[in-house]
Amino acid sequence: MEVRPSDSIIDLRRVCKTFAKPSGEPLAVLTDIDVSLRDGEILGLLGRSGSGKSTLLRIAGGLIKPTAGDVLYRGTPLAGPSEGIAIVFQTFALYPWLTVTENVEAGLDALRLTRAEARRRALVAIDLIGLDGFQSAYPRELSGGMRQRVGFARAIVANPIALLMDEPFSSLDVLTAETLRTDFLDLWTGHHLPTKSVLMVTHNIEEAVLMCDRVLILSSNPGRIAAEIPVALAHPRDRLDALFHDIVDQIYSTLTSRSLESLRAHAQASGGTALSLPRVSVSRIIGLVERLSAAPYAGHAELAQIASALVLEVDDLLPVAEALHILAFAELSAGALKLTAAGHVFAEGSTDERKRMFREHLLRFVPLAAHIHRVLDERDGHRAPHVRFETELEDHLTRRDSERTLRVVTDWARYAELFDYDVRSRRFGFTAVSE
Amino acid sequence: MEHHAEVLTGGIWHQRIPSWRDAAAVVLVVAVLILVGTGARQMVSPFVVAHQPEILLSPTALPFYALRTTIRMLAALAASLIFTFIYATLAAKSRRAEMVLIPLLDVLQSVPILGYLSFTVVFFVSLFPGSVLGPELAAIFAIFTSQAWNMTFSFYQALTTTPHDLDEASRSFRSSGWQRFWRLEVPFAMPGLVWNMMMSMSGGWFFVVASEAISVGDIQYTLPGIGSYVARAIQDRDLSAVGWAIAAMTVVIVTYDQLLFRPLVAWADKFRFEQAAAQSVPRSWVLDLFRRSKLVRFVGRPVGIGLRTAARARLALPPGARRLRRWSPPRRLIDAAWYGSVLALTGYGVWTLVQFAGPTLSWNDLAEASRNGALTLSRVVVLVALATVVWVPIGIGVGLRPKLAEKVQPIAQFLAAFPANLLFPVVVYVIVRFGLTPKIWLSPLMILGTQWYILFNVIAGASAFPSDFREVAASFRIRRWRWWRDVILPGIFPYYVTGAITASGGAWNASIVSEAVSWGPTRLDGSGLGAYIARMTEAGDFPRIALGIAVMSVLVITMNRILWRPLYALAERRTRLD
Repeated sequence: MEVRPSDSIIDLRRVCKTFAKPSGEPLAVLTDIDVSLRDGEILGLLGRSGSGKSTLLRIAGGLIKPTAGDVLYRGTPLAGPSEGIAIVFQTFALYPWLTVTENVEAGLDALRLTRAEARRRALVAIDLIGLDGFQSAYPRELSGGMRQRVGFARAIVANPIALLMDEPFSSLDVLTAETLRTDFLDLWTGHHLPTKSVLMVTHNIEEAVLMCDRVLILSSNPGRIAAEIPVALAHPRDRLDALFHDIVDQIYSTLTSRSLESLRAHAQASGGTALSLPRVSVSRIIGLVERLSAAPYAGHAELAQIASALVLEVDDLLPVAEALHILAFAELSAGALKLTAAGHVFAEGSTDERKRMFREHLLRFVPLAAHIHRVLDERDGHRAPHVRFETELEDHLTRRDSERTLRVVTDWARYAELFDYDVRSRRFGFTAVSE
Repeated sequence: MEHHAEVLTGGIWHQRIPSWRDAAAVVLVVAVLILVGTGARQMVSPFVVAHQPEILLSPTALPFYALRTTIRMLAALAASLIFTFIYATLAAKSRRAEMVLIPLLDVLQSVPILGYLSFTVVFFVSLFPGSVLGPELAAIFAIFTSQAWNMTFSFYQALTTTPHDLDEASRSFRSSGWQRFWRLEVPFAMPGLVWNMMMSMSGGWFFVVASEAISVGDIQYTLPGIGSYVARAIQDRDLSAVGWAIAAMTVVIVTYDQLLFRPLVAWADKFRFEQAAAQSVPRSWVLDLFRRSKLVRFVGRPVGIGLRTAARARLALPPGARRLRRWSPPRRLIDAAWYGSVLALTGYGVWTLVQFAGPTLSWNDLAEASRNGALTLSRVVVLVALATVVWVPIGIGVGLRPKLAEKVQPIAQFLAAFPANLLFPVVVYVIVRFGLTPKIWLSPLMILGTQWYILFNVIAGASAFPSDFREVAASFRIRRWRWWRDVILPGIFPYYVTGAITASGGAWNASIVSEAVSWGPTRLDGSGLGAYIARMTEAGDFPRIALGIAVMSVLVITMNRILWRPLYALAERRTRLD
C-alpha cells in the first residue's frame, strides 16, 4: 500500500534521547529513531526492558522532550502534551481519591467545559468502555481489569486522534488481559472509537501479533529500531493460525539474533570482563535446564513454544536463555534453545555435582567471575573491595548495568561456592568453609 | 499507627543536606529573632498593655477560658496550614528555594519554641501598642511555631514523592498548576498532613498553656485561657483550682478529638494511596452524622460545588506571561547570584549577632550557658533512657495483645496530647511539701508529657509486628532473652526511634518551663539550660536569652545528627528485605 506523508498522525524524525548519568556523562537511551504513526493503524513497539520503548512513547506523547530530532503531530512540531493525543498507562495512574466518573472527567480538565457537559461526556465514555454501574465506585474497590477500563475511558473521553498505550495489559492477569484486549479490538474494528491510530508499547510478542498492524522491534543499549514486521492478518486473529505462528517465530528469531549480537560485541570489548550479565537467579537457570531436558523437548525447544508452555513473556524468558547461553549449558540460535552436552549432564546431576559444574563453567565462561576469583587468590587475606570491580566495570558499562552485573555474579558465585560478598564491609572474600 | 511512615519520613532525616547549611541556618534564625525582638523593643518601651483582664479562679469561669484557649489553637492551626501550603510548595517547586528553605526548616524545628517566645512577644506587642491583639497574636504565633514545621515537612515530602505515573497522567491531560495542586498534590499529601496535624495539636496544647501568661522583663501580660487560669492558681497556691483546670483540659482534648480529628482522619482515609482496600477503615460518628444528615447535605451542597469549581478552574498564566518566563539568563549566573546573596545574608547575620552580643556577653557567659547545657543534656539522656526501660517492655506487652492495645492506645495518645505543664503544680506542691531536692526531683517534669510518645509508638510497632514472625518464633521455641534480642526488639526498633526522637525533642522544649518553677512565693530552681533561659526571660536580658537559645539549638541539632539520624538510618536499613 502506498503511504502518503499526509497519512501520518505522529512523525518522529531522527529522534535521540540521552539521560545524564550520575557521573555526568550522557547515556544514550534512544538513537536515530524514525517512526511514523499512520492513519488507521495500530502500531506496536516491541522490545526488552531497557530498550527505551516507554521513553519513545512518552516522546511521541509530548511528555518527554527528545535530546535531538523532531516530533510532528499532524505535520506541526509538538511542544508538550497536546489536545488530540491521550495516553493509557501501564499502572493505570488513577487518582485513588476520585470516583470512576470523576477520574474520567479529569481527562477533560484542560477543555474548559461546563460541569454538565463534562459529566455528559464522561458518562458516554464510561458507557462505551463497559463501566456502566461502576460510576460512583472508587478505584480501590475495583479489580485490575475494571481499573484499566477507567484508564481507557479517561483516555478516550476527550476524543483523541492518537491513542498511546504503554503496556496497557501487562499489570493484569492473563484472563483479564485477554478480555480487555478483545473488548478493545471490538471497539476498534467496529469503528466505535473517535481515535484514528494507536501506538502501543508491549513486551508480549503474542499480544503484539494479536493486535497490531505493524510491529517495530527495538534493540537495547541504546534503543534503535532493529526491524519492522508487518502483520497483515484480518481481525479477529487466531493464535492457532499457521501464519500467526510464523510471525511470532519471526519476531523471536529477530530478538534472539539481536541479543546474540550484543553478547558477542560485549565479549569482544575488554576481554569479556565487562560482559553485562542478565538479571537471572540460579533457581531460574536450573529450572529452565530441567524443563528443557525433560519431555517433550528433550533438549531442544523453540522459544515461542516454551514461552507459552511456561506462560512466560519475552522479558522473563530471554534473559534466562541468555544466561544458559553465556554459561554454555545451552546454545541460543534464531528463536530456539538447545541444551549442550554439559547442560544435559547438569540436568541429571546431584546438588553437589551441579555446584561443581556451575563453578567450572563460571570460571571458564564468565570472565568477570574468573577475574574476581584471581584477584582474591592473589591478595593477602583474600579480600577485595566491591568498589574496585565497580570502577573497572563502569569503564565499559552504565552504572546500573555494572551494579546489576556485580549482583548477578555474586549470586552465581555464592551458589557455586566460588566466593562470597559481605554487605557490611562491602568486600568480596572466599567462601567460608564450614566443616 | 497506619500513618507511621509519614512520621518516619518527616524531614529530620534528610540525608542530602550537608551540615554547613545547618550552621548558616542557625545563624539566620537567631539573627532574625534578635533583630525582630530588639527592633520592636526600641519602638515602644517601656510598655504597658492597656486592659489586663482579671483571671477568676471560679470553676464556672473555666468553660469560657477553655473556649478562648481552643479558639487560639484553631487560629494557629489555620495559620500553620496556609504556611504549609506556601512554604512547602515553594521548596518543592524551586531548586534554589529548596536549598535554603529546607535546612532552615530543619533548624527551626530544633529551636526551643518557648525560648524565643520572649522575642516574638515583644515584636507583636509593639505591632499593636496598647491593644490585647499583640499578646494574642504572640500566643497564636507560639502555637503556630509548635505546629507548622512538621506539617510543612510532611507536605514537602508528599510533593517530592508524588507518584510518577499520576504526575505524568496529569501532565498528559494538560492540567494547569492550580488544577494539579488541588487534584493531585493536596489529596496525595492529605493522610500525612492530617496525621501531622494531630501530632502538632498534641504538642500545641503544651505551648498554648505556656504562652497565655508571660512576663518578659517589664512586659507582662495575661490572656484569658486555661494557661493563665493555672498561672493564677499557682500564684494563689490554689490546688483545687489546678484540679479544675486539669478536668477542663481533659474535656477540651477529648471533645477536640471527637469533633475535629476523628472526622478528619475518617475523611482523609479516602486519600490513602494504596490501591488495595484497607482492612480496618477509620470511622467517626460525627462524620457519619454529617454525611447522613439531610440538612447538612442541603447546606453543604453549594459549598461543595463551589469548592470543586474552584479546584477545576485553570488559573493558568496567560500565554504572554509564559513567553516572558521562558527567557532566562544562564543558569549558572542565577545560581551564583543566589548563592552570593545567601552568603551575604548569613554574613550579615553573623555581624548582627556580634554587634548585639559583643558588648554584653563575655566568654564566661558562654561557659555558664554551656555548663547549664551539659546538665540539661545529661537530664534528657538519662530521662529518655529511663522512659525507654520502663515503656518499651510495657508497650510491647500491650501491643502484642490486640484487645488490650485497642483500649490502651487512645489513652496513651491522650496522655501525649495532655499539656504536662498543667500537672507541674501538683508535682511542685509535693516537692515543696516534702522538701525534696529540686535539682533531682524537678527533672522528671521534662519527660512527664513526652514519654507517652515512646509508649504509643512502641504499642503501634508491636501491634504491627507481622504475625508470621511471631509464629516463627513460637514454633522454633525462641524464648526469653533471645526472643527479645532477635525477634521483638528489632521488630519495633524503627517505631521506638520515632517515639524517642519526639520524646527527646519535647523534653528539651519542656526544660524551659520545668527547670524553674514556683508555687506561690516559693521558687524552685533546678538549674540547667532551661532554667537559665527562664531566668533571663524574666529579667528581660535579651543577649543572654539569645545565647541560651543558640546553645540549646546547637545541642539539639548535634544530638539529632550524631545520635538520632544514624539510628534512624540503621532502623531503615535493617528492616528492609530488598
